[in-house]
Amino acid sequence: MTQAPAQIITLTIDGLPLEARAGQTVLEVCRENGIQIPTLCHDPRLEPYGACRLCIVQIEGVRGFPTSCTTRVAEGMSVTTNSPEIADLRRSIVELLLSDHELRCLSCDSAGACALQDIAYEFGIEESPYTGERHRVREGQDDNDLIERDYSKCILCGRCVRICHEVQGCDVVGYTDRGFEAIPNTPYALSLEAAGCEFCGQCVSTCPVGALTDKPSRYQGRVWETTRVESICGYCGVGCTVEYHVKDGRIISTGAPIGRGVNGGNLCAKGRYGWSFTHSPDRLTAPLVRRDGKLVEVTWDEAVRVVADNLARIRDEHGPGAVGGLASAKCTNEENYLFQKLLRTAIGTHNIDHCARL
Amino acid sequence: MTNSVADLGQADVILVIGSNTTEAHPIVGIELKRAALRGTRIVVVDPRRIKLVDHAKDWLRIQPGTNVALFNAMARVIVEEGLIDEAFVSERTEGFEALRDHVLRVDLDEAARITGIPVVKIREVARAYASAERASIVYCMGVTQFATGTAQVRTLANLAMLTGQIGRPGTGVNPLRGQSNVQGACDLGCLPDCLPGYQSVSDRDTLDRFCDFWGSERELPAEAGLTLVEMIHAAARGELKALYVMGENPVLSDPDQAHVIEALENLDFFVVQDIFLTETAKLADVVLPAATFLEKDGTYTSTDRRVQLGRKVVDAPGEAKTDLEIVTLVANAMGLGWDEDSPRDVMVEMGAVTPQYGGITYSRLEAEGGLQWPCPDASHPGTPILHVDGFPRGRAAFAVADHTPPAELPDVEFPMVLLTGRHLWNFHTNTMTGRSVGLAELNAAGYVEISPKDAESLCLCEGDRVEVASRRGACVANVRITPGLEPGVVFMPFHFADAPANRLTSGAALDPDSKMPGLKTTPVRISRIV
Repeated sequence: MTQAPAQIITLTIDGLPLEARAGQTVLEVCRENGIQIPTLCHDPRLEPYGACRLCIVQIEGVRGFPTSCTTRVAEGMSVTTNSPEIADLRRSIVELLLSDHELRCLSCDSAGACALQDIAYEFGIEESPYTGERHRVREGQDDNDLIERDYSKCILCGRCVRICHEVQGCDVVGYTDRGFEAIPNTPYALSLEAAGCEFCGQCVSTCPVGALTDKPSRYQGRVWETTRVESICGYCGVGCTVEYHVKDGRIISTGAPIGRGVNGGNLCAKGRYGWSFTHSPDRLTAPLVRRDGKLVEVTWDEAVRVVADNLARIRDEHGPGAVGGLASAKCTNEENYLFQKLLRTAIGTHNIDHCARL
Repeated sequence: MTNSVADLGQADVILVIGSNTTEAHPIVGIELKRAALRGTRIVVVDPRRIKLVDHAKDWLRIQPGTNVALFNAMARVIVEEGLIDEAFVSERTEGFEALRDHVLRVDLDEAARITGIPVVKIREVARAYASAERASIVYCMGVTQFATGTAQVRTLANLAMLTGQIGRPGTGVNPLRGQSNVQGACDLGCLPDCLPGYQSVSDRDTLDRFCDFWGSERELPAEAGLTLVEMIHAAARGELKALYVMGENPVLSDPDQAHVIEALENLDFFVVQDIFLTETAKLADVVLPAATFLEKDGTYTSTDRRVQLGRKVVDAPGEAKTDLEIVTLVANAMGLGWDEDSPRDVMVEMGAVTPQYGGITYSRLEAEGGLQWPCPDASHPGTPILHVDGFPRGRAAFAVADHTPPAELPDVEFPMVLLTGRHLWNFHTNTMTGRSVGLAELNAAGYVEISPKDAESLCLCEGDRVEVASRRGACVANVRITPGLEPGVVFMPFHFADAPANRLTSGAALDPDSKMPGLKTTPVRISRIV
């Protein structure tokens, strides 16, 4: 819907005078200005939620410790993002979360990319001082090959439930049960597929811990072992920005950087999971020429010579109109440009098309 | 697209016509669903109850192949009820009088009978679209893949021109491109009637300018070459002798599979350049192993005209080479003496002859991210919205066209209508998604969707094997009973080699302008395999 230009507001954060746009949250303004505030339930793709309480701040004239992710900026506001009191509260929150989190970091695929691990490290917490009741977990009943659910690691931040509703409009998972039995789950604990999951993996992408992980990349590599290359998805014409994670020359997983490109951090099933074909044993790895009815491997020199000679022969014997070329909606602009230039300059024909119509 | 993907969220009303957006363009689907959550009125026009209907205010279940009748009826309501944008029509368009006279002769009751959409609904949607502050049109192959596709697009554009719903944020006429670089392949001249930048091949001066620039002494004809489907027909007749296919799989993606195979086998010389030994490559005389999009650098132009940099992520296996390297090898073996060796260099050459790309360079794309054409010079910021101040031809021309039924109609022998399309988990001929672990298993085989009522009358259960036959051939598929289909209409995805929907479709009747075959209304017969 139509939006009016935002009004500019001035406020003070940690003694720094700052400008913000009306409607922004304190957390957003802090992040824009490089002020670090820990969060677990926040994802810029989602509406503010205020569940994890880690982003608490103090605001002059406001009682208690409001959550910065749900507090909108106001003119003249004075915010403190860290103090001994805030640090104590945050530490207690992390200790409580850890008291009900399965600490299987040794083999967890999220180790190194886990927000809870990072915060525990920041506070130097080795284990939770709290013992007692823990989550009674029913494992997800999944036979799909893409998404792994392990609710013993779930911290109930609600990001998976919210992204499935707010962004995907699918509502495959919601909160089920209460208290120590509460988990995000499908209706009647159906499998994801039976519950109508689209396998976009958006829930995996937003999970701050290891409760939701990608099955194809399980035990394939640690996050710190991968190099990351940002590129453009090769499927439909939307042109999403995808980050491919590579270890030892092979892709092991993907992601989408938040706020980047037309997709802003979102991906669909094809974009997120449709990459292992590139390492398929079915790939063509050498030129082939048909001899005695069979395609046999030859050198590049020979294959190119056969192509050039035959195209030239047919052009000369039957005229340029007897030769045609189909370019590709999968190839780059540069490749398509050169392909039509080849047909037009080496053959002299406009018999060039591609599958735009199909 | 005249506008940008992100721009859709600013519309108050969005007409989504012939686009199964959440399956074929899921990220655009997200934009539409979020817009609906914020209060945008989504109107879906589709013969099937696609998933987007769950998020839409209105679903107009249209009879397949009757879009022109609907668009003309909506135009009549807009004219009759005085909902036109007078200033826009008088300043920016031409041919209004002829259109007005034409649509005022449209009988709404007749249109309702043809389309299956009640008059009251046609009126309501026309009013909503015309009177919205910002209204957008999104369409896809459900508008174009007809032998009347051009008439459909132009009568649809009439609606935007009558109401001035173009050239502003949240408006426009927005076709969604199905593959990563359909837009770019068109932009860069892989069309039989256009040189790079949509410069016409029928202009001798333009041809001479290109030949000079390329240093080519070969004479080029000042008339259009053959389109894809025409090339297949010419090969079958023995007139086309050699075909060079780079990264396409026409055996599965083109209409009338038996005819396509016969045509390709009839070629004197056939070369295919691809990443897999596809159904098409198996017929070739020479197969050249290519790199995937993950194994090369280069630019792609997305559906909203955004030129973006793709990066090499991993090395190509074995001796596979990029298409750029292969085409250059062939060119040089034919004596052309090309010396560009990187995509960056080719971009410089492309920009020099393609006015829309004139200001796009690798260094700008690296620094600024994507740039939307037209971007004519180095200081131009790109163009997120087309036609803000004017149309390339001056005034936009209204199109006068009547609804004409498809050439091939259902009869006693082939009583049902087959629609073809895509599924969320599969892409085109499934060469990539079918080999991607996890995705491949979700839809392991081809299928046919059929309405519960037809299933009952044919005594079919979920998963039963049936033969789907048309006048061209038959294939076997598993039944999926689909409540969102109307009796008499069936749907098949065209992805699967084991149940190739394009064995059934026809490439005989082509649109007179675009040469598009009609793929959405094939008469078929379903019979149970016992």
